[in-house]
Amino acid sequence: MRRRVILIGLLMLLVGLTIWITNLEWIKEGVYKPFTWGDIMSATISHLEMVVIAELIAISIGVPLGILVTRPGLRRLATPVVGGVGVGQTIPSLAVIAIMAPLLGFGLNSAIVALFIYGLLPIVRNSYAGINNIDSAIVEAARGMGMTRGQIARKIELPLALPVIMTGIRISTVITVGTAELAVLVGGKGLGLITLTGVFSMQPLTILQGAAPTAALAITLGFILERIENSMTSRGLKVKAAMA
Amino acid sequence: MMIKLDLVTKVYPDGTEAVKEVSFEVEAGELCVLLGPSGCGKTTTMKMINRLIPITGGKIYINGGDSTKMNENELRRNIGYAIQDIGLFPHMTVGQNIGTVPSLKGWPKAERNKRAEELLELVGMNSGEFIDKYPSELSGGQCQRVGVARALGADPPILLMDEPFGAIDPITRVRLQDEFLKIQQDIKKTIIFVTHDIYEAIKMGDKVALMKEGQLVQYDTPANLLYRPKNEFVEDFVGADRALKGLQLIRVKEVMTSSLPTVKADEKAEAARERMEQEGIDWLVVVNDDGKFLGWVGKAELGKGELVKEVMNSSAITVTVNTVLNEALSLMLSSGANNLPVVSKDNRLQGVLSFDIIRKALTEVSQRRQSE
Repeated sequence: MRRRVILIGLLMLLVGLTIWITNLEWIKEGVYKPFTWGDIMSATISHLEMVVIAELIAISIGVPLGILVTRPGLRRLATPVVGGVGVGQTIPSLAVIAIMAPLLGFGLNSAIVALFIYGLLPIVRNSYAGINNIDSAIVEAARGMGMTRGQIARKIELPLALPVIMTGIRISTVITVGTAELAVLVGGKGLGLITLTGVFSMQPLTILQGAAPTAALAITLGFILERIENSMTSRGLKVKAAMA
Repeated sequence: MMIKLDLVTKVYPDGTEAVKEVSFEVEAGELCVLLGPSGCGKTTTMKMINRLIPITGGKIYINGGDSTKMNENELRRNIGYAIQDIGLFPHMTVGQNIGTVPSLKGWPKAERNKRAEELLELVGMNSGEFIDKYPSELSGGQCQRVGVARALGADPPILLMDEPFGAIDPITRVRLQDEFLKIQQDIKKTIIFVTHDIYEAIKMGDKVALMKEGQLVQYDTPANLLYRPKNEFVEDFVGADRALKGLQLIRVKEVMTSSLPTVKADEKAEAARERMEQEGIDWLVVVNDDGKFLGWVGKAELGKGELVKEVMNSSAITVTVNTVLNEALSLMLSSGANNLPVVSKDNRLQGVLSFDIIRKALTEVSQRRQSE
């Protein structure tokens, strides 16, 4: 409860800051190209678009990939796959994004591919860990009671791993909102345009015009995903967390 | 015969022989204990019965049919399975856990619920209180009970239990063993019960299969295992205190005194004194009007008040007719009481067990051994 109050307070502060800066008279005159409220809104929306598309791709590839490498026949691949996906994240985000330009050319697609690669690791790692860390006695009991492989996956493993997988998706999304600031460098859109304009024109307040909404977006998405995660988690798993 | 193992062998791909040509038969309704030191192959043998571990040689017949010819999931749904780690599903309620196999078998929801309620009551848990709880809200002993209830879910004729009471404190374990034996008297399942604990084996088993390094050393009744060990290994495993262990084979109901003088709590102390003189004893059991056990009163205390209830010693230490004698003995030794009341589930007095009775039983057990 207290956490929620702090989050909402922070959110209001960020939005208020943005509104205040945008309405300052001297900013409108002083900067090479002042950003209006409309600019910020449309940048926020395109920022969100990039993040959502990149995340949807990362989820639809990352979750099955993480789960697949826990299956008996494919377990040998777990280390190379999780490690390989991790390589994407050891490289600085700027480098991952920058390398897309020569590979895929300038444009929105390069930006999305870069964000997807960068957001993949937490999703794959958590999907893998979520399934792999289930107490083996639980799976053995399920097998001993005559559940088929599919039933074990559907009724036991997935529900138990879901909270961990959702955490991975949330972490990935919040990271990607930040990384997407750089998308503008390879021809993407989003709030990075405002922030980087501020950087290059050495206007701290313009930087904030881009950075504050980005932070607000990250907080909001994180909060929504946390709520979804919570509603998808069995009460039996939460009681445990409360006791631990 | 329900389960028959015929030269069952398990050789792992790396050449390790976990189980070597083990053969035995378990009759319907019998509880067969697989006993042995860790690594002797007892768990492997058990898991081959429900095919969690595939056999590499020999045959296992379930109800006359070759188990390898059956659908493995169908086979498992008809064999209850309870393990030491319990493996309750933490995201499901107690009721849903117990209903797992019934649900796999396609029972309608109402029937599953009814069955879960029945089974909770059977294992001594209040169904209304527990059916919607989650495993994380239960104590270790309660989890074990639910584990057993879940194994009984779809009323399978066969149960496999791998140290089902292993991971709990000794007091709760003894209680669960007693309760389970009582349940078994009613449900008459064919049970394979794995343990490394000789006491548990003697107490629980109709038959005991003692294993060593993958081989079956002796398959016999607990009494024969104690008193007619086949070889030195069995003798060592059984241990030197076999007379004491023999007390495990005797239950309170076989030796207790059931006709005994009692006095009601509301009676006058004077009446108690008269009765003691009449019977020539110096203590009486105190009960209430329903015949429920309340405590003891001794001759020395009688002068201290007018009514029996004012002078009696109330006590909560009781045994049941199914308690085995060595547990009763250890209760006596730890509580310092020379007599223990034998009570029913609702605390109704059924008899008294005295130290002398146990001593007599112990002598008889040792004599039986010497005469054999």
